[in-house]
Amino acid sequence: MISYILRRTFAAVILLLVVTAVTFAIFFLLPRMAGQTADQLAQQYIGKSPTKADIAAVKQNLGLDEPLYAQYWHFIKGIVSGATYNLGPTTAHCDAPCFGYSFKNHVAVWPQLTSRLPVTVSLAAGAAVMWLVSGVVIGVISALKPRSFFDRTFMGVALAGVSLPMFFTGNLALLLFTYQWPIFGRTYVPFTENPAQWANTLFPAWCSLALLYSAIYARLTRSGMLETMNEDFIRTARAKGLRERNVVARHGLRAALTPIITVFGMDLGLLLGGAVITETVFSLPGIGQYAVQGITDNDLPPILGVTLLAAFFVVIANLLVDLLYAAADPRVRLS
Amino acid sequence: MTELSKTGAALGEPAPGNAPDAFLAVRDLKVHFPTDDGLVKSVDGLSFQVEKGKTLCIVGESGSGKSVTSLAIMGLHRLGAQGKHVQMSGEIWLDGKELVSADPDEVRRLRGREMAMIFQDPLSAMHPYYTIGNQIVEAHRVHNDVSKKVARKRAIEMLDRVGIPEPDKRVDGYPHEFSGGMRQRAMIAMALVNNPELLIADEPTTALDVTVQAQILDLIRDLQKEFGSAVVLITHDLGVVAEIADDVLVMYGGRCVERGSVDDVFERPQHPYTWGLLGSMPRIDRETSERLIPVKGQPPSLINVPSGCAFHPRCPYADIPKGDVTRTVRPELQQVGGGHFSACHLSPEDRTRIWTEEIAPKL
Ligand SMILES: Nc1ncnc2c1ncn2[C@@H]1O[C@H](COP(=O)(O)OP(=O)(O)OP(=O)(O)O)[C@@H](O)[C@H]1O
Ligand code: SF4
Ligand SMILES: [Mg+2]
Repeated sequence: MISYILRRTFAAVILLLVVTAVTFAIFFLLPRMAGQTADQLAQQYIGKSPTKADIAAVKQNLGLDEPLYAQYWHFIKGIVSGATYNLGPTTAHCDAPCFGYSFKNHVAVWPQLTSRLPVTVSLAAGAAVMWLVSGVVIGVISALKPRSFFDRTFMGVALAGVSLPMFFTGNLALLLFTYQWPIFGRTYVPFTENPAQWANTLFPAWCSLALLYSAIYARLTRSGMLETMNEDFIRTARAKGLRERNVVARHGLRAALTPIITVFGMDLGLLLGGAVITETVFSLPGIGQYAVQGITDNDLPPILGVTLLAAFFVVIANLLVDLLYAAADPRVRLS
Repeated sequence: MTELSKTGAALGEPAPGNAPDAFLAVRDLKVHFPTDDGLVKSVDGLSFQVEKGKTLCIVGESGSGKSVTSLAIMGLHRLGAQGKHVQMSGEIWLDGKELVSADPDEVRRLRGREMAMIFQDPLSAMHPYYTIGNQIVEAHRVHNDVSKKVARKRAIEMLDRVGIPEPDKRVDGYPHEFSGGMRQRAMIAMALVNNPELLIADEPTTALDVTVQAQILDLIRDLQKEFGSAVVLITHDLGVVAEIADDVLVMYGGRCVERGSVDDVFERPQHPYTWGLLGSMPRIDRETSERLIPVKGQPPSLINVPSGCAFHPRCPYADIPKGDVTRTVRPELQQVGGGHFSACHLSPEDRTRIWTEEIAPKL
């Protein structure tokens, strides 16, 4: 078990390095392959009408004319020991772990990520609790009474929930409950400052995001439960004389929920890398919004940083899910 | 109604509605499933009885309604999502209590305590995520107000009793860690943990190796002797029947076509379908080519059951009874000897002649 975790952690580190390399290549190699020269890249970092000398200086200082592997090496080195960028008249220092420096906004990426992460975590965690509970409850009830009025109604709602885009549900929720009837707050307040206000502002975002996911989870749970409740071991549980609710909870749900945990872990991992659309719609200063800003500003380091962070969460979620699954299903052997 | 009481009288049982003397008595049981294709009449008027300490074997080809019958006794059809739609009628008397009309919770309290069941495939019949021990403990604690510790001791005791080596270690094993035979032993331990008076085993050895099959059957027989319970054993292996049964019930298309003591059914069978089954019985003392002569033709549809005698499309003797009777009139069970019944239009003379002259010599 311990050796398995160590091996998986080691593999995760390697994987992250590969992801870094690939992401790096995408952001720095592709533009060149698309015909952008180091000069043009450098030009982005300087104001209007740059002189030849300015460009050359930036190129030199940022190492843009170095071969890509050297740039990559600098990047990795920065993560471990920090980096200092020479910006002509001034220098910019970026403490370890340095995940790049946004020259457009003159801030290091990492502090931005860490200060924004709580927002994204708040959004993801709150929504996750909501969608997991509601999705599973609705899915179970639907499965126990398939084709009933409840089942048909909720599966209809679920279909709508999956199909409606966040732009629609999110903006509708905002319009109705934040502006028309201002029940909920408009600006994000950290949990540590005022938990009630925190929840109050996040609530519409949680609901909108949860609607999307709980629809999926309700359908997953329903089909999982329908399948499980037809298993032989359910018949055995009933043959023992167990009450039906215990049959459902201890035998049915236990088996049906295990694969859902896997999906849940992955979904949560993905969300922690930034709920791009939700954060944008609800103006939440999270990771996703940071990525969107980076994209609109054509500012590569933030995008690279967010991508790496997202990859990190996915890799970690993967590892945790595998461990959880092995803990939940004794037939799975970790080796 | 007249038909019913006639049958009842013929069976030497009290009139319907009254408690029978037998420990388990099934009377005119019908289990129908409405489906998109039509009403599936899986069991359509079945009657039999089993005394304590006796073994009834139910035989019949796939789809004849054996499992549906056993699940009906256990009251398992009414549960779950499909439970509402199942149509059940008739009477199932267990130790003086009628189960078909009983409150479902009352039947639940009998399940696992007074009546228990062993299933065909112990791997799928056990929960993959719980240890064998916990599953037995659960079975015990549903009906007994004891601590987990006491129940665990009981589980180990049962595992030991069914012949599982090192039961105090195996009790913490998961089903997938057991071999097929050991799993079935554990399943038996689980079924017997509350000393049920009725044990139903639905093809308990079909999923096992041939060598293990005999051991499991021996185990069931030993345990029955020890506990004096009534056993209903479902199988399509007539070799098993010959060895273990006191009485035999032959099912065809959801109905009983022949019923009697094991001697009656093997030595003096009175129904063409039983003859067919006996002809398909593998015999070690015969050449391979001679052994298996399966009953020709397809099992009957349970939605559009053939008119008259359901076996008539496959029966080689369908034309012997006079007129159209086999195709138009459903044969009822008739007493053909003490405790021996058969549902066939052939005259007793014809049956005896065909059996002694045509069938018996070839077996
Ligand atoms: N829940 C159900 N809904 C519809 N039809 C059913 C249901 N359960 C059983 N049947 C049908 O009832 C018939 C009898 O089934 P049953 O399982 O009793 O057969 P069996 O005699 O046990 O056969 P086997 O030897 O294959 O186990 C089959 O045709 C089956 O399709
Ligand atoms: S009633 Fe007719 S068809 Fe049916 S088994 Fe007897 S002889 Fe065959
Ligand atoms: Mg069966």
